[in-house]
Formats: sequence, C-alpha cells, structure tokens
Amino acid sequence: MKINPNKCVACGNCTYVCPMGAIYIDPVLKRATINRDECVECYACYNGLSQEHLNPTLVRTVRRVFAALRIRFEPEPDVCPTAAFEPDELTWPRVVRRAFSDPSVPHESTGVEGRGTEEVKTNDVTGRVKVGDVGFTIEFGRPGVGVRFRDIQQMCWALAQAHVSFEKKNPITSLMSDVSTGTLRDDIMNEKVMSAIVEIKVPVARTEEIIRLVWDVEKRLDTVVAIGVATRCGEHGEEDIVAPILEGLGYKLQRAKTNIGLGKVVQPTGEPARETASV
Amino acid sequence: MTNTLHRFGDSESFRDDFIVFAIPSKSNKDPNALPKLHRFMEIAMEYKPVNLGETRHGGALRSSKNLSPLSHWKRDMKPDFKAVIKGLTIPTTCAAVFDNLPAAEQFVKRIKEEDLGMSINISTSIEGAESCCNYACIARHSVGYSLGFEGKTEKIPNSQVTTLSTMCGHGMISHSLAKKMIDFVKENRRSPEQAATYLSRFCSCGIFNPSRAKRILEDARTNSK
Repeated sequence: MKINPNKCVACGNCTYVCPMGAIYIDPVLKRATINRDECVECYACYNGLSQEHLNPTLVRTVRRVFAALRIRFEPEPDVCPTAAFEPDELTWPRVVRRAFSDPSVPHESTGVEGRGTEEVKTNDVTGRVKVGDVGFTIEFGRPGVGVRFRDIQQMCWALAQAHVSFEKKNPITSLMSDVSTGTLRDDIMNEKVMSAIVEIKVPVARTEEIIRLVWDVEKRLDTVVAIGVATRCGEHGEEDIVAPILEGLGYKLQRAKTNIGLGKVVQPTGEPARETASV
Repeated sequence: MTNTLHRFGDSESFRDDFIVFAIPSKSNKDPNALPKLHRFMEIAMEYKPVNLGETRHGGALRSSKNLSPLSHWKRDMKPDFKAVIKGLTIPTTCAAVFDNLPAAEQFVKRIKEEDLGMSINISTSIEGAESCCNYACIARHSVGYSLGFEGKTEKIPNSQVTTLSTMCGHGMISHSLAKKMIDFVKENRRSPEQAATYLSRFCSCGIFNPSRAKRILEDARTNSK
C-alpha cells in the first residue's frame, strides 16, 4: 500500500485504522507515511476507510485556517477525505503479506478466503476430523499483533519433531520447503503478516502433549498465539472426551464453533445424497 | 471462519452474540450452492439479524468509495441487508449475526427444516450453541473450542478494546480505532450506536456484531477496565 503525498492532507484518520499501527504523520513531510516494514498489506486502510474525493489544496487550506483559530474540525473518523491510498504492485516475497492479511483475497493454495482452511466447518461432508481425532489450529499474531514467519518457523520445527502431520491444504504448509522437517522457505522469514494458522491433526490421546509443546514454544515467540481444538461429537451430540482434557490443563472453555451436521455429500449428478457423510 | 471463534470474552459476554454461518465445501462442490446461500440469507432476514455478510463483499454496513462531503453532517448509518443478498454472486461463506438467543434458536430450527444440505455452523458460547441445537432437536456433529489468547499477551490492550476489536477475527478493526471509539463515546462526541457503526464498516465479512459493540461501548462510557 502507498499513500499519494500529493493527495494526503495529514488529517490523521488513517493512523488509527491501521491494525499494525504502521501509519504515522511524518513531522517533516507533513504527510501520512507508512512504515513498510510493519505494514502487513492487509488493506484495512484502503478497504475500510470511506473515500471522499475533495481537492487536497482546499482541504489543507481549510485545516490550516481552522488550526490557526484553534478550532477542531470534527470529520467522520472513518473517512480519507482525498482518497489518498493507492494499492501497490506487490512482488515476491512481499506478496505473502497480503495473502495472509487481506481476508478478501483468496489464498492461492486453498482457494479459501482467509488464512486457514475449512477445518471442521465442513466436517459433516468432508469427514476430515474423525472420531478419535483432534484437529488443532494454532494461530499466530492474533489479535492485532502480527507475526513474522521466523516465529512461525519455531513452532513448525517443534511440531515436525513431534512427528505430527501438517494439513496439506493449509497456506503455511504450502510455504514449506520441507514438510517432513516443517522448514519454511528461507526468503519469507522476515515477512510480517496479520496472522497465520498452522493446522495439524493428531489422535485424541496426544492432545495434552501437543498443547504442552505449544506452551513451550510460545514462550520464545514475539507474538500471541490462539489455539483452536476441534473434534467430532458423539452420536447424540455429546463431547466428553476432549473437553475434560482441556479443562484438566487449566482452560476454562467459553466459546466454540459448532458444526450442526446439516451438510450433505453431493453426488456427481449434483443431487445431495440421502444420508449425511458418516465419519 | 476461525475469525468468529476467538472472540474475547466469557460465556456471559456472548449472551447477545450468535453467529450462524453456511459454508459451501470446496471438495464437495454443490452446483446449487448459490441459490441455497441466497435462501439461507433470506430466511435469516425473517429473524431480524443485526448483521449479515459474506466473505467476498462484506457485511450490511460497508465503506463507500465515493462519499459525499455532506456525509459529515448527514450520513446513512443504517445497515443495508438487501445489498448483501443481492451482492452474493459466487458461493462463499455467508453469515447471519443475531443478538438474542430466541432468534438464533428459531433460525437454526428453520434452517434445519429447510434442509439446504449445506454445512451450517454456530459460533457463540458453548452453552448458546447447545441451546440452539436442543431447540432444533439437532445432535452436534463437530465442535471446535477456542482456548483464548496466550503467548506474549502483554501486547494485547485492555479487555474493552480487545472485546471490540476481536469481533473481526481477521483483524481489520484495529485496537487503536476501537480505543478511539471508546474515547469518542466517553467524550460524548459520538453515541455508542454511531461508534459501533464506524467499527462495523471495517469488518470485511459481516460478522461484526454492532449490537454487542453498542453494549460494550455503553459500558465503557462509565467503566474503565
């Protein structure tokens, strides 16, 4: 992302909307400026701010007059008055920033908008997490902190050493040069993204081991981690296997995403099957 | 849509936060997915959602690329649900957000009766989702628990800011903007409803809950946490 200095009037609205705090008013240039090292190319500024198309010279003059009179102009806080943001042409490796940060852009490796995969959201038709399995989503950088791939690398190495299988369709897995060792491409290590999710699946018996492993690694990371733990419910919708393990580890379970099992497998003819997928 | 999962708060704070979403599977392509998703959203409208959205174009409150200068004095702050439904042209995840349990329960029951054959998920407190399933006589298929935030949590701001900003799990609502809106409400420069609307416009898939945000902003006016 870039800000056109000929258009920017340094109103400062954009400094608040940047999730990474990467925009500031340069006191010399008197223009909003992007710290490109911190910018994750999420496009929150470009997509989230409404745009007016006012004459920049006029706006600067009005602002100067108001400032001299100590009058505070009270504009809408979610507006760029001169439409000063302009998308940049992104090249490798910077382009991965946008892939993991702008949710409106489908990730090439998954075709899914966002940073993960369908996980258990479509488990009723994919059968991805079966009875006795636990699916982990280990997300880095959320909320609003961001993460560099060098931190994600630490976790991937540790998980690979524990012989877990990485979800093949996950965007992070697609960036591994060696999946068996969990090694990510060298040229992206310093790239910063809004958040990224590592997905693995293990037998339920390994739940505690994996969580303790994550606890151990996250101490060394310069970011936050959000763990999601997914499993298959019993015949009557009960789930009394994984929750007790998590509670035993000290977690107070508050929120969950629940697949209610209304999906049906579509036959090649396009007609839904009579029965839901059995898993 | 892990972005709905990790909302900050305890079970009680999700009493007015129920996201029900339909997701077409990439590996189980349904040629009728688009009309089914339209139907999902049309039915949702009958139960008065507080937001409606899809991942390609956003929610019922969106930013404008061509705003009139008069908007500073007279701006349409109402959600445009019809635009969301009309704008859905390719199958993608669609979400309806409700701010009360009865509406969520009735919607889930109705969706079951409609038999769309599409994967449906509920993101809310564990008890809230169980209540919806019980009401609709549905046995849960799979569940994904949020274990909250850990690691360098000192980088996360106070609970009021985080409660607001995590209502867009994609991180499009910055902590700074959430804090600014709290300050605007405290200074009486904007109403909680207006502040919630500004925040809503940054959510890129329409899962932000403006009703819960309004409550949190009201609370923040007099309580600091």
